[in-house]
Amino acid sequence: MTFLQRIFGKAPTDLEQTSPDGIETAPLDPAAIGGAPLSNHTLVGSSQSTGVERAHNEDALFALLGSSSGEDSIPDFGLFVVADGMGGHRSGEVASALSVRSVAHRLAADSLLQLFDLNGSAEGLPLQDVVRRALQDANQSVVSKVPGGGTTLTTALVLGKQMTIGHVGDSRAYILTPHEAKVVTRDHSLVNRLVELGQLTESEAAVHPQRNVLYKAIGQGANLEVDVETHPIPKNGFLLICSDGLWGVVPDEEIQRIAWGADHPQAACDELIRAANAAGGPDNITAVLVYFPST
Amino acid sequence: MKRTTKALNDITTETTQLGQLEPGVTLQERYLVLALHGAGGMSSVYRARDLHFPNVTKTVAVKEMINMATDPAMHEMIVRNFEREADLLATLSHPAIPRIYDYFTHESSSYLVMEFIDGQDLEAVLRDSEEFLAEDQVVKWAIELCDVLNYLHHHKPQPVIFRDVKPSNIMVDGYGSIRLIDFGIARIFQPGQKGTMIGTDGYAPPEQYRGEASPPGDMYALGATLHHLLTRRDPRAEPPFSFSERPIRDINDKVSPELEATINAALSYDPGDRFATAEAMKASLLSVAKETGILVSPRTAASAGQPSNEVQEVWSFECEDELRGSPLVIDGVVYIGCYDNNLYALDAKTGEFIWKFATEGGIASTPASDGELVFVSSEDTRMYALSGKKGTLAWTYYAGGPIRSSPVVSEGHIFVGADDARLHVVNMFNGSAAWKQEVAGPIRSTPLIVDERVYFGCESSDFYCYDFRGELKWRFGKAKRGITSSPILVDGMLFFGCMDWSLYAVEAEAGWQIWKFRMGRPTISSPVFAEGRIYTGCADGRIYAIDSKGGREVWHFQTEHQVTGSPTIFEDSIFCGSVDGSMYCLDMRSGRKRWQFQTGGPITGTPTVSDNRIYFGSNDHRVYALLT
Repeated sequence: MTFLQRIFGKAPTDLEQTSPDGIETAPLDPAAIGGAPLSNHTLVGSSQSTGVERAHNEDALFALLGSSSGEDSIPDFGLFVVADGMGGHRSGEVASALSVRSVAHRLAADSLLQLFDLNGSAEGLPLQDVVRRALQDANQSVVSKVPGGGTTLTTALVLGKQMTIGHVGDSRAYILTPHEAKVVTRDHSLVNRLVELGQLTESEAAVHPQRNVLYKAIGQGANLEVDVETHPIPKNGFLLICSDGLWGVVPDEEIQRIAWGADHPQAACDELIRAANAAGGPDNITAVLVYFPST
Repeated sequence: MKRTTKALNDITTETTQLGQLEPGVTLQERYLVLALHGAGGMSSVYRARDLHFPNVTKTVAVKEMINMATDPAMHEMIVRNFEREADLLATLSHPAIPRIYDYFTHESSSYLVMEFIDGQDLEAVLRDSEEFLAEDQVVKWAIELCDVLNYLHHHKPQPVIFRDVKPSNIMVDGYGSIRLIDFGIARIFQPGQKGTMIGTDGYAPPEQYRGEASPPGDMYALGATLHHLLTRRDPRAEPPFSFSERPIRDINDKVSPELEATINAALSYDPGDRFATAEAMKASLLSVAKETGILVSPRTAASAGQPSNEVQEVWSFECEDELRGSPLVIDGVVYIGCYDNNLYALDAKTGEFIWKFATEGGIASTPASDGELVFVSSEDTRMYALSGKKGTLAWTYYAGGPIRSSPVVSEGHIFVGADDARLHVVNMFNGSAAWKQEVAGPIRSTPLIVDERVYFGCESSDFYCYDFRGELKWRFGKAKRGITSSPILVDGMLFFGCMDWSLYAVEAEAGWQIWKFRMGRPTISSPVFAEGRIYTGCADGRIYAIDSKGGREVWHFQTEHQVTGSPTIFEDSIFCGSVDGSMYCLDMRSGRKRWQFQTGGPITGTPTVSDNRIYFGSNDHRVYALLT
């Protein structure tokens, strides 16, 4: 997969690589899990698949990682976005692609490009407001350009030792440490909310006709409230952003095992997609995995 | 495939990039547009003059819907929605519902001409108020809303379900009466009918997400609206159906238990558990009003007497002037500076006097100590090192201006800021200057030293990060006023308050601003952190709890005057003084008051907790020790 393909997320048509019938990887040595750090550098991988049951891919992703060194070096930065579109007549894939591009554009212009400003006098908004507005702008674009379409969107903007996560819908961001896989976003899914309230059991939820209804999504109209939080980057740990085609199918323990078992996040992403397809691949699958070193 | 909720025809204050009508344009040769009144996702509302009445100024509201949809089905749906609203309004007649005068389509836009309501919607009322809205006011509105919903639910030939009760759809007119606006999604109710999901998330009842609309659904949304009005917690920012996780009286204890119970009944998850009709809810509200007496004599609750001291005083000690600074308690001794120029050393157990040391200026700072030495800075421009046991002078350091910043000890050095616009780094053992750093203004914030970096705020509005060699690592220049508040560092993030009414969260490595929390007044209080929350005081009289990761308010507690001192956390309690003269003890998680201790003067310093006792000074000249 070329660098550009990876950035723009168009490569996963390469089904051979992600097919459940593909080459099996060797079983992982459990002792390796949570063991030695992968690298002294930040590493990223991303992968996507239409899945087994779907004809179209309505997911979209964007991944950008930067680092510099030298006198007066810029801290590591990264911008990662996953979106899972919805709506008929192909409006789901248009909504997710448009939103990812819109968010990436806004965040690059309002945060990343300012890193290169030699004068350093950028009069910027707080980063959380930049992220919030990026998602709200994407919402306006979808409302006006893709009526009937909508999308989830989860983005992480990494600057130095902090990452600011903007989130709407039921894609997820995880922080994986050697000890646990922790979800740091809240699913804006109606059925999940009913389970939380004790109105539905997990098994009822799994077959509930409204299980795909979101109570918050890009494209929903005016007044989109975006969840925005800033977390310290996990030292010797991962950030995983994925659509429900992964987390709804592959258990957290399995995700944890695959992330720590691979020798590069790219290999781990490919393996995660393969695991989701092996489990039936009922939906589009997207994963972006970022490894942060211990120092 | 996923689906989502849609909020259509939503009149809000949000502006769009739609091509809006300019003032001066005349529609249908009759309606002269005067000004834009409000705009939402798909529609705009203008204030206009009806030119058919040339001798008087008849003001009307013109609601314009610009149809931008390119998809023909979508386009038609929007037009139908608009027509339905017009048709519906034309059949309604109630004092709380705006009258419709006209309806027409021009080019790609449709227009409704309605009665102009001169007033404010409840969302704006909430936004413009700083305090909780009074219960009697909210109950009066609620009763009027029950009346109009009752009218709609009994509409013939078919009941009308409003389906979108929320603060921004309720206006308060010039007479203080409520008016229901925006019938964009109201629908004629046919029992058992399923529809698409529309409504505003946060206020809509659970069954509306299944496409069901019924009178108890409007009762739920009314309950949600009342909850929002009384707690100031926007349900759109919370998970759906989570009102029971935010009990009204936990947030606003001025609300009567009777009103809380009525609202809780309206917010029942199961429609069958709610008030079946608006009449039933109105009856319940009327009995609340009767029992609490709010309709008879409004605001009697506000005239509560002097707060009694609900906690035991262990001792107090009288000095000769105001105590504006904060105590240091170490090895059984309380050290506290006073505006009588002395640093006092008192026995922490008994409050007995041990020694005092006279400086030549007031002391507004907190002393520091290391080993045998106690360090204190004074407005006489000096910093003193004293023996902790006897109060004898070890050395004196001279700054070029009054010192109001508190000294901090690190790596054998004292770091302190001064009004001479310098950060002074002084050898702890002999009082000689290691280095000084000149900045843009006086430094009254107490420096924070972590991992060989020094962080401090400045009265110039800058915030600085220097390394131990005195080299500038970064400067944060986005604050608008002086930063007197002292920073804290948690997980790589700095938090500090500013006189520009904000609390800032700034990433510590390079000084990026992560979030900013706006308060009601300037703040010089220094924040503290516990369990994922930042706690701080503000001159708006409040003590705030703010989520550290997202910068959102979790709760606030209102005191009777400015909060200029800083909170202290001990176990699960917050201790914080106020200029109203009281020391407050609050439950850290909910912000509810545990006790209040009244002194004879403003409390401007920060309390210190040691051995289950809390120590602080008051401007009534006394140092107090209380049991926690």
